Parts: sequence; structure tokens; C-alpha cells
Amino acid sequence: MTRPDRAALGRPPALLVVPAALAVLFLLVPLAGLVAESPWRRLPDLLTRPEVGEALVLSLGVAAAAAGLSLVLGLPLAWVLARVDLPGRGALRALVTIPLVLPPVVAGVALLAALGRNGLVGGPLHAATGVTIPFTTAAVVIAHTFIAMPFFVISAEGALRASGREYDVVAATLGATRWRTFRTVTLPMVLPGIAAGLLLAWARSLGEFGATITFAGNYPGVTRTMPLLVYGELQRDPRAAYGLSLVLLVLSVAVLALLRERWLGALR
Amino acid sequence: MRRPVGCVVLLLLASCGSGGSDGQRTLDVLAAASLTGAFERLAADFEDDHPGVDVRISLGSSATLARQVVEGAPADVLATADERTMQVAADGGGVTDPVQFATNEMVLVTTAANPAGIRSIEDLEDTGYVVCVETAPCGVVAAALLERNEISNPPLSYQSDVKAVEQLVLADEVDAGLVYASDAAAHPDRLLALPVPGSAEHRNPYLVAVTEQSDDPGPADAWVELLTGDRGRAVLAEEGFEP
Repeated sequence: MTRPDRAALGRPPALLVVPAALAVLFLLVPLAGLVAESPWRRLPDLLTRPEVGEALVLSLGVAAAAAGLSLVLGLPLAWVLARVDLPGRGALRALVTIPLVLPPVVAGVALLAALGRNGLVGGPLHAATGVTIPFTTAAVVIAHTFIAMPFFVISAEGALRASGREYDVVAATLGATRWRTFRTVTLPMVLPGIAAGLLLAWARSLGEFGATITFAGNYPGVTRTMPLLVYGELQRDPRAAYGLSLVLLVLSVAVLALLRERWLGALR
Repeated sequence: MRRPVGCVVLLLLASCGSGGSDGQRTLDVLAAASLTGAFERLAADFEDDHPGVDVRISLGSSATLARQVVEGAPADVLATADERTMQVAADGGGVTDPVQFATNEMVLVTTAANPAGIRSIEDLEDTGYVVCVETAPCGVVAAALLERNEISNPPLSYQSDVKAVEQLVLADEVDAGLVYASDAAAHPDRLLALPVPGSAEHRNPYLVAVTEQSDDPGPADAWVELLTGDRGRAVLAEEGFEP
């Protein structure tokens, strides 16, 4: 198909162009505000503050751990969803999407109900071992994995479905076991989808706030991630909060740039 | 078609329907979380005395609320749990002439069963406990009291406001927490309150002020009058505050 001729189609209608321009402004203005209001001169000083370094290291570490857990647990789940004819697969897929639509605070409350000191699982665990999960870095990783893993599963499942089962069938007729097929045939084909899913999960974890503060608490170096620090700083020194937000914005843009090749590239 | 669409746009930009079109006026009160019980009771009284006025209370950390007033959040009255946060609102041009209407004192609370066997603040040295974040008034007092009592064991978490501390203790997720006497008084059957040495020196004053942006100061002034009058003092005393 050739590129549609502008003369034949006429001008783009204002009813579409004007709202589109508004949408661009709507997305751009808050970011412009953040850049304009950030205390640029204080930024080097701000970023070298120990609590900022602590929060940044914690955020990056937790995001990596959440992405890693999403891979270890989520890839097998994505494979099952894409390749195994389970009864109730639709319900299983719906379950995976629940954390995507759940308000993060509700996710935090649910985690507390399950893993808190008196929770469904946390109660017996505490009684048997004395271990409590909330208020630890492990709790942050758990909360973030709960929120971020669905992003990975959906991305990986999409890639697995697109790669087609016929290759699996061919491999099977050649005598490969299903595990070997997964390892040597399926996995190499869906690597870009896995990478994109990992980045999405990582970025979602980096921005997590509600479930973290509800389930894991807020203590410097243990559970106070960058978004929690930004929120706290907003009460004390709003300009500093703008500066810290800028750091998160830059990180997000970097992730977007990494994803660009895959997503925007596919659209071109 | 026009009106609903316009309303949706307004809802996105600001708060649509504030005050309403049926002659009902709304009094927006921003109050420190510790005032929850007292203000809910006073709001019911106020609405009985002022038919046509709907009291809408928004609770949170005084620091958050003061910031919201400075940023122009819809509010007619601001009540904070210390002078510092009220000063933030005043410095930002949000309020003038705050008046003090109560004081509060910090106590150590555990659940009524007290399974950890906490007897005094010294026991925090080997107990998991929570306090307010340092930006909130309750966090400032808690930090001062922990220092004065030489507690070196840090808290498990800094909660955003005092109700968040109270909730964790009530839910038995932690063994203890530092809250106000009024918070402990709200749950006499479920919480055990222990005095903290030095708390009398760190009593925090509660201040109230009508905001600069209040477009209808009549009900706002009436709220301050109710609060500082006999009825307000009586309710606050019943809720565990002191004058």
C-alpha cells in the first residue's frame, strides 16, 4: 500500500487535531513544571546528601530484585499461559491482571492482611519462627514484585504467543523434550519480549509508592525508597522534592529510550 | 450534553460542585489527624446549629495540610498540631492570626493485651515500635522524647501521621508506638497507655486559623468560635485533649 495522498484525504479535521494538541500539552506541562521549578544550582549538593544516596541505592536494588523475581516466577507463568491448555486459563489470566488495576494502597493492605504479623500466612509464620515480614527490605521487594510482575508476565506472554507453537511441534518431532525446546528454541525467540517485560517491571517498581508505604513502612535505608523520600521531602522542602523528582524523571526517560527500539521501532 | 461535559472538565481542573447549586454551603476544614474524633463530633453539632452548611473534614499530617493551604487547596479552616506547621501556612500567606485551642501530650501505647510486656519507654530498646515521620508534629515530639530517654534502638518505620501509628498498634503489627494521649483515649479498651518521662515539657499546642482564601468566612469564623467556646472545650476534654 502506498502512502495515502494528503490531497485525496483532505486536511486533518480540527476536531481531532485540537484535542490532540491539548493532550500533548497536558502531558508536557507537568514535566516542564518539574524541570523549571527544580533547584538546579542545589542539585549537586542535594544528590550527594546521604539519605538521597541511600534511597536511590535502595530503589535501584529493589527494582532489580523485583524484576529478577518477576523473571524467575513470571516467565514460567507466562509460558504456562501461552502454551498449556489449562482449564480456567481465562480466569488465571484475569488474576494476573488484577494487580495492574488494583490501587497500590489496596495491594499494600492486602499484603498486610496476608503477610502481616497477624495475617493469613504471616501469623502462623510469626508464631512458628518469630519472623515478621513488614518493615523490612524484603517486604519492599515483595510489594514491588506483586505490583510489577504482571507487567512482565503480560509482555512475555505476548511474545510467547507471537512466536508460534509450530516451532515447538517441529522440535518435538525431532525428539526434543519440552524443557529442551523451551530452553533452546522458544527462549531465544522471545528474548526481546522478555527484555521489554523486565524493563517495564523494573520501571514500575522504581515508581512504586502506595503498596510500599502501606505494607513495608518508611525507614531510611531499609524501606524508604525514592518515591517515599520525595513524598516526605515535599513536607519539608518542596524544592528539594522537585529536584529528587527530576532524578526519577531522568531514570524513567532512560528506560523509555531503552524501550524505544522495541516499541517505537516496531511502529515505524 | 454541555453541562455534564463541562462538569467533567471542571472536575479534572478543580473540584466541581463544591458548595453545590442547591443552596448548601460547604465548610472545608483541614485538621491534624489527631483531631479526628473531636472534629467529627463538633462537625455534627455545627451542622445542627447551621442548617445549610455542610462540614467537610480533611484529615492528615499537619505538615501536609499546611502545605496544601499554601498551594491553594480548597479550605476554609486549618487546624494544626503545632506552631511550626501553622507557621509554614502563615509564611506562605495561607493564614493569619491563628489561635490556640488545645494541647496534647505524647504517650507510649501497646495493645491492651501487651504481649511484649512493655512497662516503660526503656523497653523500646528491645522492641519493635513505630513513630511519626519527623516532618509531622507528632514526629518532632517523638524524636525529642526518644532522645531525652536515651533510646538508641530506632523505630521500625516513620508513619505519615499519628493515626497511621495508632492503626499499626491496633492491628498488632508492632508492639508499641508513640501517639497522643487523645489517640489512646479514643480506644480505652484496646490500647494500654503508658506515661513517657519528659512528655509534659513537650506538650504540643493545637492552633486553628481561618484561611486567607476562604471565600465565605462566616461559617469559618463560627467554626473557630465553636472550637474555642464552652462546647468545643468540653468535647476536646472528653476526647483526651487538655486546654
